[in-house]
Amino acid sequence: MTSPAHRLAADSVSLGYGERVIVDELSLDIAPGVVTTVIGPNGCGKSTLLKSLGRLLRPREGQVVLDGKAISSMKTKDVARVIGMLPQTPVAPEGLTVADLVARGRHPHQSWLRQWSADDETEVAAALAQTGIADLAERTLDELSGGQRQRAWISMALAQGTDILLLDEPTTYLDLAHSLEVLDLVDRLHAEFGRTVVMVLHDLNLAIRYSDELVVMSAGRIVARGKPADVVTAELLAEVFGLDATVLTDPVSGRPMIVPIGTRHVHGADGYDE
Amino acid sequence: MIHPGTVRRRRLTGLLLLVVLLTVAVVASIAIGTRSLAPATVFDAVTHALGCDGGPFRCPARSTAEEIVRELRLPRTALALVAGMALGIAGALIQGYTRNPLADAGLLGLNAGAGFLAALSIYLFGFTAPSQYIWFAFAGSAIAGVVVFGVSSIGGGKASPLSLVLAGAAVTAFLQAMTNAVVVLDNAALDTYRFWVVGTVNGREGGVFWQVLPFLVVGMAMAVAAAPSLNLLSLGDDVARGLGVDVGRARAFGLFAVVLLSGAATAAIGPIAFLGLVVPHIARTITGPDNRWLIPYSGLIGGLLLLVADIAGRVVARPGELQVGVMLAAIGAPFFIALVRRKKLVTL
Amino acid sequence: MSTLETDKPTDAGAALRKVRPALRIGPVSLVWRPVLFGAVLALAALVFALFCLDIAVGETHIPLRRVLDVLGGGGTRSQRFIIIESRLPRALTAVVVGAALGLSGALMQSILHNPLAGPDVLGITTGASVGAVAVLVGSGGATTGLIATLGAPLAALTGGLLTAVVIYLLAWGRGRAGERGVTGFRLVLIGIGVNAVLLSVISWLLTRASLTDAARAQLWLTGSLNAADMARVAPAVVALALVTVVALVSARTLAALRLGEESTRVLGVRIQAQQALLIGAAVVAASVATAAVGPVGFVALAAPQIARMALRTPGEPLLASALTGAGLVAAADIISRTLLPVELPVGIVTAALGGPFLLYLLVRMNRKATLS
Repeated sequence: MTSPAHRLAADSVSLGYGERVIVDELSLDIAPGVVTTVIGPNGCGKSTLLKSLGRLLRPREGQVVLDGKAISSMKTKDVARVIGMLPQTPVAPEGLTVADLVARGRHPHQSWLRQWSADDETEVAAALAQTGIADLAERTLDELSGGQRQRAWISMALAQGTDILLLDEPTTYLDLAHSLEVLDLVDRLHAEFGRTVVMVLHDLNLAIRYSDELVVMSAGRIVARGKPADVVTAELLAEVFGLDATVLTDPVSGRPMIVPIGTRHVHGADGYDE
Repeated sequence: MIHPGTVRRRRLTGLLLLVVLLTVAVVASIAIGTRSLAPATVFDAVTHALGCDGGPFRCPARSTAEEIVRELRLPRTALALVAGMALGIAGALIQGYTRNPLADAGLLGLNAGAGFLAALSIYLFGFTAPSQYIWFAFAGSAIAGVVVFGVSSIGGGKASPLSLVLAGAAVTAFLQAMTNAVVVLDNAALDTYRFWVVGTVNGREGGVFWQVLPFLVVGMAMAVAAAPSLNLLSLGDDVARGLGVDVGRARAFGLFAVVLLSGAATAAIGPIAFLGLVVPHIARTITGPDNRWLIPYSGLIGGLLLLVADIAGRVVARPGELQVGVMLAAIGAPFFIALVRRKKLVTL
Repeated sequence: MSTLETDKPTDAGAALRKVRPALRIGPVSLVWRPVLFGAVLALAALVFALFCLDIAVGETHIPLRRVLDVLGGGGTRSQRFIIIESRLPRALTAVVVGAALGLSGALMQSILHNPLAGPDVLGITTGASVGAVAVLVGSGGATTGLIATLGAPLAALTGGLLTAVVIYLLAWGRGRAGERGVTGFRLVLIGIGVNAVLLSVISWLLTRASLTDAARAQLWLTGSLNAADMARVAPAVVALALVTVVALVSARTLAALRLGEESTRVLGVRIQAQQALLIGAAVVAASVATAAVGPVGFVALAAPQIARMALRTPGEPLLASALTGAGLVAAADIISRTLLPVELPVGIVTAALGGPFLLYLLVRMNRKATLS
């Protein structure tokens, strides 16, 4: 652990697009140095909240606070050195190579004279190695598969070298093996380097396994918060997600595991007997 | 609960109201000008002219008022009416087929195509009267239309709406440069061309109306016939195909109608910007997206708007007049800009 | 089981150094791209060659060697007179106008994320034209000399800048994310709308004028190098130099801007301020170019795309676009004075060359839309 961690918090924020209000007077203190995951049903506002934390969405009321100061009043470059983010739908120009994309992550640390310092090179190389795409450095993004491209964007966020990392659905295009790798990496970031991570995940079981803190949202409000073992119950799942499920103990991690119950292919229901 | 019957009744009443307004506008258009006439005089003159033995306009005019009505006011009113209707309907069709609320014949290069071939023909053949270069303008509009629509549908219509508009804008710029080239070579050509390109119903001799009328009528009929399949196409090519629409043929049919309407109208009165853009939006606030209603409404509102703009142009710049093309650009542009600024469009 | 082992720092470093070799001198560091650098130099040499060729061709063909000689400082007095007084201004204007337009197009296409954006499509050039035409038509032909040489270009410059300000203000508002500013999408569409209105205004002005005035205005509207002289090209050179400096300094910001609005903001770029600066620079370049010779179509559109495809860069390359633009206009001028039976204004030749290229671009863009 190096310098004291930065503290990020949302203070009574109301967020929305156009006339719609999606998040209403929400307050959230992000615990430093741990992995926090925000989960919730579609449209509950989890991505919206993450965007406001990353300074991509201006709150209508309230403010997002970094180390006691409102981030809207800080210089953009200063914020960029502390908070890094992987947005949900990144776009890149045709023909950009992986190495060049990841190198862009160093932008907040560079200047007109200092465009590619030795530090920049070390950080980018480390980021490439950590996501395992070093051998793809020369390739262009359009040649890659969805999963490889996703890892390249994650690399860029890593190369930014920020204390706080916000990841919006980092595992969307990844198959299970690669999802586990990315999440393993994310977990090491906090365990070995003391970074604060806030993620939005839609896969509940992955969220449970990889989070230190779970924040459950519904209709723009936080309905539950705490360790996965304390928060995840069948009642919560039914009430928040409208999901009928049992909660077992995951034999691999010892944490809760959700097993959904539908109407088909269920023991004892509808004549199935397996 | 809104009964379908109520909606239909409402739309029919709206239609009727528009027809009434249109009649008023027609009378006003015949009455107003450098020398304004009383409605009674107008009515009298028109009935006399139409009620002649041997056909309309055969009897000699009984007074200067009647002459004014016959030679100046009636032709321009008739032209404004049908051209406005045609442009309004063409606009609704273009927006429907491109699934793009910002599409418009002017923005898509049709007008520039008309302008180029008109200018070229004026230069090469020394034309001076609209009835001479009208066919070339028509052809130019058609060719430009085919090119822009063809290029944009190469992607199966999946190209973003913005790229279609920009493609049209760029093609327009090209054709305009070519037009400039022609027109700068010959002063006489410039003289004829500049009074056509500004967009006006004034100074077009009666023959022009009769020349374009058949095309406009056929185009309108085609538009009405195309409405049901256009409704399906607006759900997306794949969905439409699944519902049994021959997408290629429906598109070609629609394009043909657009070219007839927009090409003929532009050829007759010169390129008019924004009418085809603005009118469907106004109509849509009353009718919603159903093309079976949208198309007739667009026609009536288009005719109304063009007539009103023409009348306003005569009133505003007395004793001269401000051409209808300029008037409409002045009205249409703020509308377009307001449209773009509305949040809903930004998410396109 | 996983095929990816995570700790290979040396491999990653080596792979990285191969793709992004560094050039470091003290505190200064940048990425060394020899291929790109060489290509730009070659392009500059080509443009210089076209420049000299443009000087050489004319009523009497001057051999290239003499051109180079005079440019280098030698030659007899009469030779120097012909080349420097009567040929050089035209060639210099061609190159400077082309470079300004190419750069303007590159800046706008980068910021607005669209290869079809540009000062002509967005109405800047038309705005400049309105200014010039208003002066040419309104002056009544009385003081042709002074008005034509000073008034029209000045009005053109004002017109272009004013139009840009109006478009920018009209596009200003609340974005989706609640921040106040201008989104590229809105800017482009409003630009197109304003362009249509201004064209209408020009048509109207032409109907109000006498035929001689209209003809003169129409001539200006075709974009011609015939009236080029050192007095006119000097401001253009200064403006070009300024805009080039701004563009080069902002190059890395542009690189970040190409990653989409969200990523750019995350990287700490002040989007609104940078956008305004760069669009402002683009507008100044385009307005000055149009003021000097009238509207020259297509260079701003085509040059950045040609440069990008030739150099295979991910975005529109700034210097290369300027050089390509310069080359295009010089080549168009040479072609119009040698190959064509009638000397056409250069604006028409560039548009004629640009048309087929534009269609090709559109087809390519749309074909890509299906594949993606």
